[in-house]
Amino acid sequence: MTALAALIRRDIKIALRVGGGALIGVLFFLTVVVLMPFAVGPDLALLTRLGPAILWLGALLASLLTLDRLFMADHEDGSLDLIVMGRTPLELACAAKALAHWLAAGLPLVIATPVLGLLLNLDAAATSAVALTLLAGTPALTFTGMIGAALAVTLHRGGLLLAVLVLPLSIPVLIFGVAASQAAIMEPLSFGAPFSILCALSLVSFVIGPFAAAASLRYGLD
Amino acid sequence: MRLSGRDVSCVRGGREVFSGLGFEVASGEALAVVGPNGSGKTSLLRLVAGLLTPSRGSIHLEGGEAELTLPEQSHYLGHRDAVKPALSVAENLWFWRDFLGGTVFNPAETLAVVELDHAARLPAAFLSAGQRRRLSIARLLAVRRPVWLLDEPTSALDASGQIMFTTLMGDHLSRGGLIIAATHTPLGIAARSLRIGDAT
Repeated sequence: MTALAALIRRDIKIALRVGGGALIGVLFFLTVVVLMPFAVGPDLALLTRLGPAILWLGALLASLLTLDRLFMADHEDGSLDLIVMGRTPLELACAAKALAHWLAAGLPLVIATPVLGLLLNLDAAATSAVALTLLAGTPALTFTGMIGAALAVTLHRGGLLLAVLVLPLSIPVLIFGVAASQAAIMEPLSFGAPFSILCALSLVSFVIGPFAAAASLRYGLD
Repeated sequence: MRLSGRDVSCVRGGREVFSGLGFEVASGEALAVVGPNGSGKTSLLRLVAGLLTPSRGSIHLEGGEAELTLPEQSHYLGHRDAVKPALSVAENLWFWRDFLGGTVFNPAETLAVVELDHAARLPAAFLSAGQRRRLSIARLLAVRRPVWLLDEPTSALDASGQIMFTTLMGDHLSRGGLIIAATHTPLGIAARSLRIGDAT
């Protein structure tokens, strides 16, 4: 357990220090959401209707932005070799890295959501519903994105390949995340069903993500 | 303890780097892997470290801890130093101590051995190449592992650093450890040499 705690502590520390990139995600999220009203126009009703979708898309793109550093940095400086060789099972090490990444880059998105909801004419109830769905859904984005990050490292292609690999995997999360948020705003729809599926997607990604990423790292390193 | 490789072959990128390689190292012994650039010295070390899989043959460690695999009992000192520029020198070393399960409790002492104690609180971004190498050598001391796999260990080290590292290798061997080092320069300790990739 010391090993995993040390790994989580180190990754959070690096992310929060200069050049770590934890804040880049939030700033990007902010930029995307601020730009939307300019593109859509000053129709308040339309903004309210699009609000949850915009917030979700912004969060998805922002979480993608920092994801390629998840294994790339460790690969470049040789740390990844030592992590693979270590006595800690690689699956657990991957899960710890993803958890640290979510705490440093995903959680700030959730915290920023209430502020950004104001820009999209969402009331307090709607904003907190979106924040709640992001809280349940962004871990799924990180843990499935980790698979793409591991593949990008072993294939020596960062950035774009990662986006192409990860975005299709995040479609279910996006669908049920936005559906749950919409349901909270429009009365007749039920919030419980899509939200449960969103939570289930996160739980599934906790299981599949670390194993797939570890397998990719184990067989792909050279 | 005895580390042996039998008929080891390595294929990388569809090209056979070396084949039919045999070697044996026992406790207290060092093996210097020598050969021209591109002959597969690093590949051999990475095979032993479990980071590559041999296309043929096998590598075994006899007499180590039964529950642990060979890579789990090895230190790998590669070209890349595994040093995070955003963390301080002490934080870097302490992370590897915790992650690899080391038992050293005094950072100053370990850093003093590699002459970095004055820089313990400095971000590692400000270290020179030689100092980064010293920091990764400190990792070998903070966590006890019987097998040391060293890839050009003294590159970037100054004269006093090379003498210091020779002493450290001697201590490691006298404690019953074993060393496989890929090198172009003499290690400075008694070592058998394994020559690979001779021009044919």
